[in-house]
Amino acid sequence: MPLLQVNDLHVKYGNVEVIHGIDLTVREGEIVSILGANGAGKSTTLLAISGIVRPFKGEIRFRDVFIHKLPAHRTVELGIAQVPEGRRIFGTLTVQENVNLGAYVRRDAAETRKTEQWIYDLFPVLAERRHQLAGTLSGGEQQMLAIGRALMSQPRILLLDEPSLGLAPLLVRAIFQTLKEINASGVTIVLVEQNARAALKLAHRGYVMELGRIVIEDSAEALMANAEVEAAYLGGSGMEEKQG
Amino acid sequence: MEQFFQQLTNGLAVGSIYALIALGYTMVYGVLKLINFAHSDMFTLGAYLGLTLLTSLALTDHIGPLWGTVVLALMVMGLVAMVGALLDRVAYRPLRESPRLSAVVSALGASIFLQNTVMLIYGARYRVYPHDILPRVALDVFGLQIPLVRILILCASLTMMAMLYIFIQRTRIGTAIRAAAIDQGAARLMGIDVNRVILMVFLVGPALGGAAGLMVGLYYGQINFTMGWGYGLKAFTAAILGGIGNIPGAMLGGVLLGVVESLGAAYLSFAWKDAIAFCVLILILIVRPTGLLGERVAEKV
Repeated sequence: MPLLQVNDLHVKYGNVEVIHGIDLTVREGEIVSILGANGAGKSTTLLAISGIVRPFKGEIRFRDVFIHKLPAHRTVELGIAQVPEGRRIFGTLTVQENVNLGAYVRRDAAETRKTEQWIYDLFPVLAERRHQLAGTLSGGEQQMLAIGRALMSQPRILLLDEPSLGLAPLLVRAIFQTLKEINASGVTIVLVEQNARAALKLAHRGYVMELGRIVIEDSAEALMANAEVEAAYLGGSGMEEKQG
Repeated sequence: MEQFFQQLTNGLAVGSIYALIALGYTMVYGVLKLINFAHSDMFTLGAYLGLTLLTSLALTDHIGPLWGTVVLALMVMGLVAMVGALLDRVAYRPLRESPRLSAVVSALGASIFLQNTVMLIYGARYRVYPHDILPRVALDVFGLQIPLVRILILCASLTMMAMLYIFIQRTRIGTAIRAAAIDQGAARLMGIDVNRVILMVFLVGPALGGAAGLMVGLYYGQINFTMGWGYGLKAFTAAILGGIGNIPGAMLGGVLLGVVESLGAAYLSFAWKDAIAFCVLILILIVRPTGLLGERVAEKV
């Protein structure tokens, strides 16, 4: 049984349908990337999985539970964590308070301390700044905090929305390297990205979305080699190489 | 000097009453970005329920004036908290997804409704608190004769504010309230049930407002169904003064406003008491538009 299964998902904002029936499968241990331009419906898909927006039609199943009618706090309890677009850290709280909030649904104090130690090992800079207000961190540090905070709920699956947004290339590489470590420790990852090249290098499989539909689904290698994908999302540099 | 300290302690007592009411405005605003205009009627309701319970149960005759008043206050707070939760359920929750202006109009409607309900039940005339509940004595504090009731009000409100502060800073649900006030969407992604946070805010805020109503009844001895208007406006001013949405700000703003008003009434002009209070608000907002403690840490992009 797949870890996460989305069937014929439709989402409406008011009267406007923005997701027109998509199917998505994520298996345990995978890194799956969702690519696409602005407004393709990637973020909305993640918000629907987390229970922040309610689907108009279709089903979402996480392990053996149908979650498309559950509120967000229930999906977090079940093991779905999301790092939202723009990080959305609590700027006027300290780094430590942000981390604590990540573990809001977890009651086992010993487990939570272990997770916290793991996160401070993954991102040592957060440990140094734990008593600082989160809003005073640099952009990259805030992204690390957003990821660490999400991991505090001990998720089975981690949804990330544009973690590379606004970060310097060197930082992006560091963060993606950490994502690989997180995945190796057993957390399944769904990664929404505009930085398609970095995302496909990391991912096992990928989906390409356009205007609320999934247009291509393939392994990461196949997507990298796909001329259409290359032209649209990898900057078309492949074409130039072929000409040259 | 005697007059100065009398006015100062009076200002502290009145100010802490403002602070208690202001906390209700600021907590609801923090989470819902809504000015709960019906909050001033929670205050009025506290004063009237206190009167009813005082005269019907005569608790102070049975268990002594101090414990009688404490039990009375807890009962009033519990009852007003329930009305607060009901208010949210009936007037605000159905409008959660509507434009914010709809909720503001609903708040005004709820306020008029509650005020008139109190009037229909208790009548439009001033009602008088029995004046023998707390002993009418003055305590000698550093050579200053201060009425017992004033000291009790100060102690009680400071205790409640300290407890609220610990609740907000140290408990799980308190941290959830702070998180929801900063970013409701992100709070939901942390697994926080925002509806529970809102319910909590509508229990705690009205409970404090109701306690403030009871205090005014005990302090001044007479109450009226329109009393919420003046106190509500002052408390709302205090909340803005301290930085709306900021809990320590509401406490500071309330106490500050009470003291300034009281000293202004004594040394400048009693008739200009309200004008002085609002002038302070204007001056502080010119210098610090976010209020005294309403500081925003800039989000880095």
